[in-house]
Amino acid sequence: MTDRGANGHGPGASPARVGGRARVTGSQAYVADIRLEDVVHVKLVTVDAARARIEGIDASAALALPGVRFVMTPAELPQPMPRFGPQLRDRPVLAVGETTYHGEPVAAVAAETRDLAEQAAALVRVNCTPLPAVTSIAASLADGAPLVQDAALRPGDPLANTNILREHRYAWGDVTAAVAEADLVVEGTYRFPMVTQFAIEPHAFMAAPDGDGIAVWSSIQHPNWLQRVLSSLLNLPLSKVRVFAPDPGGAFGGKQHAKYEPLVAFMALRLGRPVRLVLTLEETFQAVRRGAAEVRVRSGFRRDGTIVFRDIDADYLIGAYADIADRTVAKGSYTAAGPYRIPNVRILARSVLSHTVPSTAFRGFGNPQQIWAVESNMDEAARRLEIDPVELRLRNLPRRGEPFIPGDTPADGEWADTVRRAAELIGWGDRAPHGRGRGFAVGLKSGPTTGLSYSTVRLLADGSVVVYAGTSDMGQGARTIFAQIAAGELGAPVDWVTVVMGDTVVVPYDQQTSASRSSVLMGNAILHACREIQARLRAMAARLEGVDESEVVVERGEVRIGGERVLPVRDVLTRGLGRLGGEIIGVGEMRKEAEPAHPLGGTAAFYEFNCTAVEVSVDEETGDVTVERHVTVSDVGLAMNPTQVRGQDEGAAVMGLGHTLMEQYIFDAEGRIRNLGAIDYRIPTSMDLPKRMESAIVENADGPGPYGAKGMSEGALLCVAPAVAAAVRDATGVVIRDLPLTPERVWRALRERDGTQQPTGARPR
Amino acid sequence: MIAPVTISFRVNARDRSVAVAPNQTLLDVLRDELGLTGTKECCLVGECGACTVLLDGRTVDSCLVLAAEVDGREVTTVEGLAADGQLTAVQQAFLDTGAAQCGFCIPGQVVSAHALLAASPSPDREEIEEGLAGNLCRCAGYEQIIEAVLLASSAPQREASRVTPATDDVAARPDARMAPQ
Repeated sequence: MTDRGANGHGPGASPARVGGRARVTGSQAYVADIRLEDVVHVKLVTVDAARARIEGIDASAALALPGVRFVMTPAELPQPMPRFGPQLRDRPVLAVGETTYHGEPVAAVAAETRDLAEQAAALVRVNCTPLPAVTSIAASLADGAPLVQDAALRPGDPLANTNILREHRYAWGDVTAAVAEADLVVEGTYRFPMVTQFAIEPHAFMAAPDGDGIAVWSSIQHPNWLQRVLSSLLNLPLSKVRVFAPDPGGAFGGKQHAKYEPLVAFMALRLGRPVRLVLTLEETFQAVRRGAAEVRVRSGFRRDGTIVFRDIDADYLIGAYADIADRTVAKGSYTAAGPYRIPNVRILARSVLSHTVPSTAFRGFGNPQQIWAVESNMDEAARRLEIDPVELRLRNLPRRGEPFIPGDTPADGEWADTVRRAAELIGWGDRAPHGRGRGFAVGLKSGPTTGLSYSTVRLLADGSVVVYAGTSDMGQGARTIFAQIAAGELGAPVDWVTVVMGDTVVVPYDQQTSASRSSVLMGNAILHACREIQARLRAMAARLEGVDESEVVVERGEVRIGGERVLPVRDVLTRGLGRLGGEIIGVGEMRKEAEPAHPLGGTAAFYEFNCTAVEVSVDEETGDVTVERHVTVSDVGLAMNPTQVRGQDEGAAVMGLGHTLMEQYIFDAEGRIRNLGAIDYRIPTSMDLPKRMESAIVENADGPGPYGAKGMSEGALLCVAPAVAAAVRDATGVVIRDLPLTPERVWRALRERDGTQQPTGARPR
Repeated sequence: MIAPVTISFRVNARDRSVAVAPNQTLLDVLRDELGLTGTKECCLVGECGACTVLLDGRTVDSCLVLAAEVDGREVTTVEGLAADGQLTAVQQAFLDTGAAQCGFCIPGQVVSAHALLAASPSPDREEIEEGLAGNLCRCAGYEQIIEAVLLASSAPQREASRVTPATDDVAARPDARMAPQ
């Protein structure tokens, strides 16, 4: 499109990122950059075990150091131990009685300097006895496995005496009967490792007494949710809990929910001073991760490629506390059958507790694990049916408006457009160059199922605009999108718009920043607020011009009178406001109601649909996989800022290459994480990029967001792994069902191939 | 506690004297003592590059440099690049290509990009990938970052003079990087 946006700054254009200048000059203040006077530094005390019985904590040596102010232990907290969590109130502020994962804090030291706090933390003697820990799905589900959660914490729960936190079952049609209709049944088990968000900004928390309330600073995605958690734990009204949420330095889901904010809040109130806790990167690995998974998938096909049934049985290894992990299991599994027309589906997914770091939201929210299995299954089916993998997908994709999950939102895009575009970009019909292989996969993710966003927009006397939005701008560029909407609607240049976020006392309520919702839900709230201002401008213009309101149209930043005269908004505003000046205030609300009967509590506001096609080469000597070409195409409805859309798509694609090729937690026999930190846990660098990255978008303006936009920040990550694995198979003939595809794993598979002399293809594991 | 020592060094063209503990890193001193928080802290083991600064014109991970080592030397942080309030070509290019997403790694990326262009005014893609390999970006905006460096390399090099070249690095001397292509 050439004529995008209003004057090059409205929706559809790509003005420079709002906040971009601060980011390139180093003046952007993240939580750790904010200095509070008289602050006390906090260091967590942990034990070097996956699980241990705490017999006593002796802080005397630590307290004897000059400058150490306080050591918070469970005994110093209200009794019984306060617990919190977005799904279950199961996470204690400090471990009580027993630690349940490697890195769980048992105490916290407060001292005048950070060095001193660190020194003192090492002096806190924790008398403890290591206990047997379960850190894998098999171990957690084994007979006689130790219970991760005290059954007393799960009253009335029939699964309370197991390590299964919850089971989720979704089904339609009749899978058992359908088996007979299938000409081919393809099945396999696929494993997805534990990986971590690794935001470059380690989580940082501060708290300070604030009059008769408390102020808390956190690089949090959901400031209002955190406010609610703190209000409940501290018995303070919401209005007395002021959460400051400066733009996170990357979050990716890992900063959605409270972690150590309650701890620092209790410490600040106890000390009567501001406290500050900045995690090390190693500590962030012990705070957030993605759920590992083992997914068994069985699909039946007719000879022509039509899918007859799909049967999925998935175990997700979540951690010691629920956090939001069980929701990732529920939601990621609900759409696990894929974006296909399938008459018979049965899905069973379990959240399996373990003595590991609590898993939480991570870009893709439970879907990449399922998509890894199901799309790999599709690739295998294509091969065995001798149907082209692209054709197999196209044959089963629903058209726009066609239901594909009974009772949920029908397909909300012409998804075949996306598939065809990706196939065309990589040149699917052509043969891959010698020695290379190609792979193709699609990914689907349900957007938010409920939502509530408010925004206040103020049109100031000079025509400049202030937008209040409770979204967190963690890099996705929400500020810019919001400024573009207001600019386009109210006729101000983008750099005349200020977007205020991250202060729960000042900014109206927003449910959360997740599920790629903000452009759609908060975007609509802002649009509604702008429309309210436009209504006031219309009345103003009618009064000033002596015409009927019906003759005035305000849109795209202009006031048109009687279909002929065009006045700038600013002109009407200045005259209309009169001598005292003032401003026009608009309030917008966007709501997506809960639907209690729905298995997820609500239908999808939109779907993210992505198609990824890759071309790889594999070094047969080392097992090293090089992504020669990476094509990623997303259906975004409408790109409100194409430059930012590209950044999100390509960033998600490269992040997907991380869990595909290199990332995983490694445990020792005692259940301790052996590769904490940046040296031993590798994420993609500029040297690990595809040799050629091509990203494209499909825009049919068919989304529920402003101007037809959909959320899009996760799509390009969803199906990277199955696309790459399919390409490795195409190049070498080996089928690998465990991620990541490290050189060692690929090398072993190649040796096995050569050793067993099987030419290509699937072998039972 | 070992007694602090006073060091004098030049930071962003300003002479500074600071009392530092022997175990304090340059990163600590920049952030905690001088309030130069543009230099970010992440891995503390020299792997992520968020704390990259120029020490006598060469990039270092300031988390691995003891403050005492910089006595008498010259440090440039991200805040020192656009010292007169005007963005350098590199910074402008980062904005133009959308290279800054969450922004946390960006100060390090920008500093590394300056050093790279000072040493090699018209790098090819491979050189840029290598030159920035020490700077992790989890938003993984690498494509747009690389594009920004390419864009800046073809822009008038007015910012080059702001970067003090490494004295023993011939390629980085002003005469060796005269004209843009």
